[in-house]
Amino acid sequence: MSSKYLAKQVQDLKPSGIRKFFDLASKMENVVSLGVGEPDFVTPWNVIEASYHSLEQGYTAYTANAGLLELREAITDYLDEYFSVSYNAEDQVLVTVGASQAIDIALRALLNPGDEVIIVEPCFVAYSSAVILAGGVPVTVSATSDNAFKVTAEQIEAAVTDKTKAIVLCSPNNPTGAVLNAQELSEISEVLCKHDIIAISDEIYAELSYDEKATSLAEVKGMKERTILISGFSKSFAMTGWRLGYAAGPTEIIQAMTKIHQYTIMCAPTMAQHGALEALRNGRDSVNDMTTSYRQRRNFVVKALNEMGLSCHLPGGAFYVFPSIKATGMTSEEFAEKLLEEEQVAVVPGNVFGESGEGYIRCSYATSIKQLDEAMKRMSRFVEKHIQ
Amino acid sequence: MLVNILYKLVYTQCLKKVNGLEQKEIELLKLLEKNGRLDTETIGKMIDETPEKVEEMIAKLEKEHAILGYSTLVDWSSVYEYEGVAALIDVKVTPVRGVGFDKIASRIYRFPEVKAVYLMSGAYDLSVSVEGKTMMEVSRFVSEKLSTLDTVISTTTHFILKKYKHDGIIFEDDDDDKRMMVTP
Repeated sequence: MSSKYLAKQVQDLKPSGIRKFFDLASKMENVVSLGVGEPDFVTPWNVIEASYHSLEQGYTAYTANAGLLELREAITDYLDEYFSVSYNAEDQVLVTVGASQAIDIALRALLNPGDEVIIVEPCFVAYSSAVILAGGVPVTVSATSDNAFKVTAEQIEAAVTDKTKAIVLCSPNNPTGAVLNAQELSEISEVLCKHDIIAISDEIYAELSYDEKATSLAEVKGMKERTILISGFSKSFAMTGWRLGYAAGPTEIIQAMTKIHQYTIMCAPTMAQHGALEALRNGRDSVNDMTTSYRQRRNFVVKALNEMGLSCHLPGGAFYVFPSIKATGMTSEEFAEKLLEEEQVAVVPGNVFGESGEGYIRCSYATSIKQLDEAMKRMSRFVEKHIQ
Repeated sequence: MLVNILYKLVYTQCLKKVNGLEQKEIELLKLLEKNGRLDTETIGKMIDETPEKVEEMIAKLEKEHAILGYSTLVDWSSVYEYEGVAALIDVKVTPVRGVGFDKIASRIYRFPEVKAVYLMSGAYDLSVSVEGKTMMEVSRFVSEKLSTLDTVISTTTHFILKKYKHDGIIFEDDDDDKRMMVTP
């Protein structure tokens, strides 16, 4: 069938560079994968059990479009307790199918054709495409290793035009693990307030912060009115496959998003919502245990990478490290392909997360210490062979 | 009965504890408790200390008896001819003035067949875990050694039919990674 039937903007979308490595890696044997962007833990049992129970009780019908009110209340309690930002569960919270859907409908609710959205790269692969699909124009700004992959207020200021409508920020960041602290967020907020820009703040990794508690952009003075706080259960509660996220923000925006959600999704899966409710009520200990484990693995991997000659920042959060591979003289893709071929270790080349990721690779440490140890041994052998 | 429970609670509170441990020592204990084979170099990288410092911490914790030993959890049921038999025995005893339950407990835990002894609150006093080659061997231990001790009032023996989980480890766990190889 001819592609002439396909929408132009869909034809123009670049396929994700991650796909290529998935195809390569899945054909090989004995691969140690540091390419997985999700927890290696299974969802805490109490959450699974609560979801079973809801099914046994017959909770198999739709919920309210915005999600179970009980769950929205648990979310507002959590946001209040964890970040000191208060939202009204009735009309300022929307439960979504993963944080990804929240990002999609936030953009669709905000953008008119041609509106510009600032995207800070390196970043999660979906942002730019989601902006394009919503009729907007992504304008990229590069966070560089000189500033530990943290975007600065000046860089954002320089990217602002009279068409700028919004910015997508992700802290702690995928793929760099960089965390913007309260001071840095406050400087950025001044630019956003000055130019009347809406912030879509992807805080899905907020709980996975290892050195200090993460600050939400919505906590920063003057930002709650212009921030769509997006988070979910995937990363902190190891619930990626449940597809459950949420957005909290100003009433008008959340209501507009709910309108799109109501016509396209109806509501997030009911059994997943019951699981999420249990996660928020009784899941703290599990999150703390997993966070401790990630912190130890982060320390281990950063030390091992620096020892083998791949310079690597100690990232503050998420479960990724983003070492430089420039010492080998290879491009990110060459490095990743050769490493897979010669030592059967899968990593993701940094350039798939944006041009400024060139010269870097993303290694996920959401893998057992035994596997990480094996991966570091293999990588060390590889680097020794290829370092210039 | 109530007096008995209170006595046990007060008694447990008085047990010697290793106090004042650093956060990193707690972290080290938890790591080793989960995997006694983790080497000091790996632990060092995980908790941001040198391997020498980790050795030193381990030596200190051993000296303070926070670390009592290192063992491997073996699923003997999967080793032909070594399957063995295990039982949990509820033991009611008469505490002895001045030494409480300690003396009788020590009479019991010194038998090599005894793998664990706990002082319990509730309907009985000591929970004794016993392992043997055959059911007959365990029965003989209970009838000849355990129930004949002076202060033992009664015993109830429960043979273990199958072990599902022990010390936090699930015996028939499916540990396949169900994730895709590379994801965003």
